[in-house]
Amino acid sequence: MSGQTMYEKIWRSHEIVDLGDGFSLLHVDRHMLHDGSGPVLARLKERGRSVSQPDLCFATLDHVVSTAPGRPVTSDNRRRTIASLRDGVAEAGIRFFDIGRTGQGIVHVIGPELGISLPGTVVVCADSHTCTHGGMGAMGFGIGSTEAEHVLATQTIVQAKLRTMRVTFVGNAGDGVTAKDLILAAVGQLGSAGGNGYAVEYAGRAIQTLEVEARLTLCNLSIELGAKVGMVAPDEKTFDYLAGRQFSPKNELWNRALASWRDLPSDHDAIFDAEIEVDISHLKPKITWGTSPAHVMDIDGIVPDPSSTGHRNAVQYMDVVPGRPLVGLKVDWVFIGSCTNSRISDLRIAANIVGGRKVADHVSAWIVPGSENVKRQAESEGLDRIFKESGFEWREPGCSLCLAANGEAVPPGARAVSTSNRNFVGRQGPGARTHLASPAVAAASAIRGVISDFRTMKD
Amino acid sequence: MQPFTRIQGIAAPLLRDNVDTDTIIRVERLFNAVPRADLGLYCLESLRHLSDGSPDPEFFQNDLRYQRASILLCGRNFGCGSAREGAVWALAGMGIRCIIAPSVADLFAANCFQNGLLVFTLDQAIIEHLAVGVAADPAGRPLVVDLERCQTGFADGEPIPFSVAARRREALLEGLDEIDLTLKQQSKIHDFRQRDGELRPWIYTA
Repeated sequence: MSGQTMYEKIWRSHEIVDLGDGFSLLHVDRHMLHDGSGPVLARLKERGRSVSQPDLCFATLDHVVSTAPGRPVTSDNRRRTIASLRDGVAEAGIRFFDIGRTGQGIVHVIGPELGISLPGTVVVCADSHTCTHGGMGAMGFGIGSTEAEHVLATQTIVQAKLRTMRVTFVGNAGDGVTAKDLILAAVGQLGSAGGNGYAVEYAGRAIQTLEVEARLTLCNLSIELGAKVGMVAPDEKTFDYLAGRQFSPKNELWNRALASWRDLPSDHDAIFDAEIEVDISHLKPKITWGTSPAHVMDIDGIVPDPSSTGHRNAVQYMDVVPGRPLVGLKVDWVFIGSCTNSRISDLRIAANIVGGRKVADHVSAWIVPGSENVKRQAESEGLDRIFKESGFEWREPGCSLCLAANGEAVPPGARAVSTSNRNFVGRQGPGARTHLASPAVAAASAIRGVISDFRTMKD
Repeated sequence: MQPFTRIQGIAAPLLRDNVDTDTIIRVERLFNAVPRADLGLYCLESLRHLSDGSPDPEFFQNDLRYQRASILLCGRNFGCGSAREGAVWALAGMGIRCIIAPSVADLFAANCFQNGLLVFTLDQAIIEHLAVGVAADPAGRPLVVDLERCQTGFADGEPIPFSVAARRREALLEGLDEIDLTLKQQSKIHDFRQRDGELRPWIYTA
């Protein structure tokens, strides 16, 4: 019998009942709740049920809260949404990281940062980017509201077992290539449905050498491949990252956990249902030109000729010209933030490019730290001053312009370079045009006022 | 949950690929206290107009013949993107009971089944063929979707087989509530937790 993949190991260790036909009832170790969870808690109560294991639930506010200084509440509906979560978690006795409190932030930033999402755990949240937690060696996946109600009521979830895919990055990436570029390259190669039905494990030396935060960025875009689960095997870097964090196991439990975590990586003779190689030896920093994360090109490349109606629609919406470069196109907005690229390492990369330079006059440039802890760390390093002096807005932690659920939006027709994960039609606001890229490309574009290749910046 | 056994209805074409859940329902509708039942009013709103602001005559919602559609014939990777269940509530609010596509995003499909919507895949060529057959006279050429037999097609035509996971099929046919089903497994859940608490105590002591 061949060995097991990491996904299979985690699946087996969480299987309560094999329901047949590929479905199982799984234990949920960590349930993350956000502003959208208030109505779910209310519905659970309406139906006469209660929260089964409040100690395994963790709640914060990220989607609808303002990221403006002072956190103004900008509509009655948002006020009600926020109140609904506060009331729901208070009544259920769920740990809650409210705005202004240490620990508040984007769910997929605080999970790893606080040691909530651990290797080998099943992490769920009513948000598709829960795949991010795979960067810790967890099996994280997004669920819907009804499934979230199921988890609250039972601390379990019914899931169909996914097929397994290993995506191996081969070769050494060039200078300035980040995890964001690696995963955008994979999405471009496999397409936005290439991972449908799969749990993906990312492998290769390039992945082993990535720092933990970069692995979170990598796994974050798994859903942009269509894969609800994306994981990286935990290793010494993961364990060093977790040691001493607020909810990480301590003392004797830490030693026991560590021993268990070392058994998690896929066995050498494990067989994946699909094996994909992504050659990164000639990889350059990436940027998207269209309205799908799979519409991706090299930062110094040209917009491809449309090959379908979908491409033609995308070219028209984005107002880009096939056969021409993106570099040089006027940029109106720059957003550095989101569960993809708002961690301290992302802000350091951006600050390094921004330092001593000024944001172009016509550009609205925002830095939205992923969490209160990221914000405080950045301030202790003086990064906030670098950003503010160059003309960036230094904001409070939240999802903000990634999905424009909090009233913050890129205006119609405006062109934005964003470090987030989706460039769908209207994603950052009705009519907004989004180019996805790394923090380095976004920072350089803010300074020059046009889409820019940071590798060619001299002064 | 409303059971799904057999329906006969108008099938509307939405054959473009990669229709994402942001496109199906905009996020501000979800966080704007719009009641679930009214989300249908905003379903697919960003596809209704051309870039000059005029209604797109090609789009099914602008064609009165499809006004009472209960089946959607879709393109590839339908429902990609976010996990928002509001996308399903919006489609249901518009009267849609069944979605047929060459491929469907996993999270979206799971949400459909939680709400009594049937989703299944067919070859793109078959879907396009069905759409052509409907277009001549949508009300006069309704599609039948029979979940008991796992067949679809025109009432007067050859049945086309489809497949749905047995567990999901049964839940739809019976209108079962998954939470109720799981609560019946309470003793197994309890046993698991006892065992797991010994094996992985750090999970329970956060």
